[in-house]
Amino acid sequence: MASVKLDNIQKRFGDVQVLHGIDLDIKDGEFVVLIGESGCGKSTLLRLLSGLEEITEGDLHIDGQRVNHQSPAQRGIAMVFQSYALYPHMSVYKNMAFGLKIAGQDKQAVKLKVEEAAKKLKIDHLLERLPRELSGGQRQRVAIGRAIVRDPKVFLFDEPLSNLDASLRVKTRVELGKLHQELNATIVYVTHDQVEAMTLGDKIVVMNQGRIEQAGTPLSLYHHPKTEFVAGFIGSPKMNFISAQVTSIESDSVQLMLESGPTIRAAIDGQTLKLADKVKLGVRPEHFVLATDEENQFQGRVSLVENLGELAYVYVNTGQNAESDIVIKLDGDCQYQAGDSIRFAVAAADTYLFDKAGMALPRLNKA
Amino acid sequence: MMISAFKNFNLGRSVPKSVAIHGVLMAYTVIALFPILVVIINAFKERRAIFRDPLAMPTMDSFTLVGFEQVLLRSDFGLYSWNSLVVTLLAVGLVLLLGAMAAWALTEYKFRTNLLITFLFAMGIMIPIRLGTVSILRLMVDLNLVNTLTALVLVYIAQGLPLAVYILSEFIRTIPKELKEAARCDAVSEYKIFFCIILPLLKPAMATVAVFTMIPIWNDLWFPLILAPGEETRTITLGVQQFVGQYVTDWNSVLSALTMAIVPVLVLYTIFSRQLIRGLTSGAVK
Repeated sequence: MASVKLDNIQKRFGDVQVLHGIDLDIKDGEFVVLIGESGCGKSTLLRLLSGLEEITEGDLHIDGQRVNHQSPAQRGIAMVFQSYALYPHMSVYKNMAFGLKIAGQDKQAVKLKVEEAAKKLKIDHLLERLPRELSGGQRQRVAIGRAIVRDPKVFLFDEPLSNLDASLRVKTRVELGKLHQELNATIVYVTHDQVEAMTLGDKIVVMNQGRIEQAGTPLSLYHHPKTEFVAGFIGSPKMNFISAQVTSIESDSVQLMLESGPTIRAAIDGQTLKLADKVKLGVRPEHFVLATDEENQFQGRVSLVENLGELAYVYVNTGQNAESDIVIKLDGDCQYQAGDSIRFAVAAADTYLFDKAGMALPRLNKA
Repeated sequence: MMISAFKNFNLGRSVPKSVAIHGVLMAYTVIALFPILVVIINAFKERRAIFRDPLAMPTMDSFTLVGFEQVLLRSDFGLYSWNSLVVTLLAVGLVLLLGAMAAWALTEYKFRTNLLITFLFAMGIMIPIRLGTVSILRLMVDLNLVNTLTALVLVYIAQGLPLAVYILSEFIRTIPKELKEAARCDAVSEYKIFFCIILPLLKPAMATVAVFTMIPIWNDLWFPLILAPGEETRTITLGVQQFVGQYVTDWNSVLSALTMAIVPVLVLYTIFSRQLIRGLTSGAVK
């Protein structure tokens, strides 16, 4: 296992700059998730780490050694592909043993390693089968097994779960988490699924247009997103963004006037704001509560209810000026139907605020 | 055919349509097989019977094996077959190997003369090699290769390579690139990637190429006649010609020889076509 250090990594394809200087420290044994929309450069970054693509500029260190010009094998990485990329004409055993055999390892040692990995992944009964005789989930395990037997310094996963169906994806996700604890391996994992990122990652790196938007622990990203982009990306359903205007600034809060009417108090450090500044209020669906007599009240008309049983997402139209429906997460027992009028509120401490440039203002009362 | 017809019904395709499709295919099959059938039935008939009614099946009266006797006893049929087989197998084998290697290099690696070489191979498909016969003959004379099987093998490799490179390149492009990348992560050398991963996956395409390459070589009369007409190096097609005289043709022998000449090529075709059926990449990805 090893640490990885990226120093101003850049990548150009011809004239197109895909990555604009990536700095990142990955500690030994850390599970780092790269997340972002498609085309943000996360897969490219992974390919640069693997050595399948050449780094245009910057330094990449694995285990303290500069590896810019080393081949994937010399770097000691193992990659698991989205499409699994199993050798179709080789049995599961041969697929896993191929790399070791090429490296000239002793037959008996290879056998031991493959069997150990197979047992760990519960595919030891499939060793004689061909990839085409396996289900998607089984193929995925074989692909992971092929990575494990090589005992790499760094594991690279490229959207490994996106070809699996929903239930299998959840199951495999849990197993990946366990596997990481067991192997204590350094893992870089690319995904566009924020649930995978939140559940698996020790550290999440949110990428946007070839830059790191923010990197940090899952909860720090959830509670303290640096930008509107990150706030919108982490959390599902997405955070609600509501246009507002600053009406007064106090030491422990900011008063806002929403375009749809209501006045809201947000527990935000507003020192850098001025009166009448245009800002965006952010509230996560799970932070809304049905209104009692609290402050920060909204009202509107229900336009759609998605009831999942344990919980319901209620889409509320808050008036003619509202840009889009506000999504509220309520209990599955709630009796709302489309057309009902609804009153709901949010605590001042549960609000987020973003300035015109989309940068977050510091939240108070949240560790 | 029955099975595919059933499948079509299951897919909800209209009955008249699949009847029409199979009608056309059967008509084509009959047309294609007819000359071969005529050759075979007449090989077992007496000379007079052949001319009396070429389409009649051999009867007790007209049945004879005199043609086969002539061919097997009075000529070096064994030697001719051996020559044909050696030339065909060597040429096809080398076309497959070199063609696959060239196709892999041209599709996988970027280098300066890549486009030029691809273009040259494309020209090779468009321009028939027989246009260069005179120069080829001169070259072979200079190299002291006239009347050797080597000359034939070399020419046939040149003849078969362009199409082989073209077909195999197209096929290599369909192999998912993750497979090569996975292999590179596994520290597999570029040669090993080609021989252990790409080549096995190319089997169905190589079988196609083998059939395409093999049949014109086996049937060729032109180059054996020009480059290797000596008694020791004659191929079957050339050997048969000794029964074709300017005034009299020994039809029994010609037809018997041709009948026997079909057998080896049929065996080879069966071997290759078994590969054509299987799609080997299934299960590689997704």
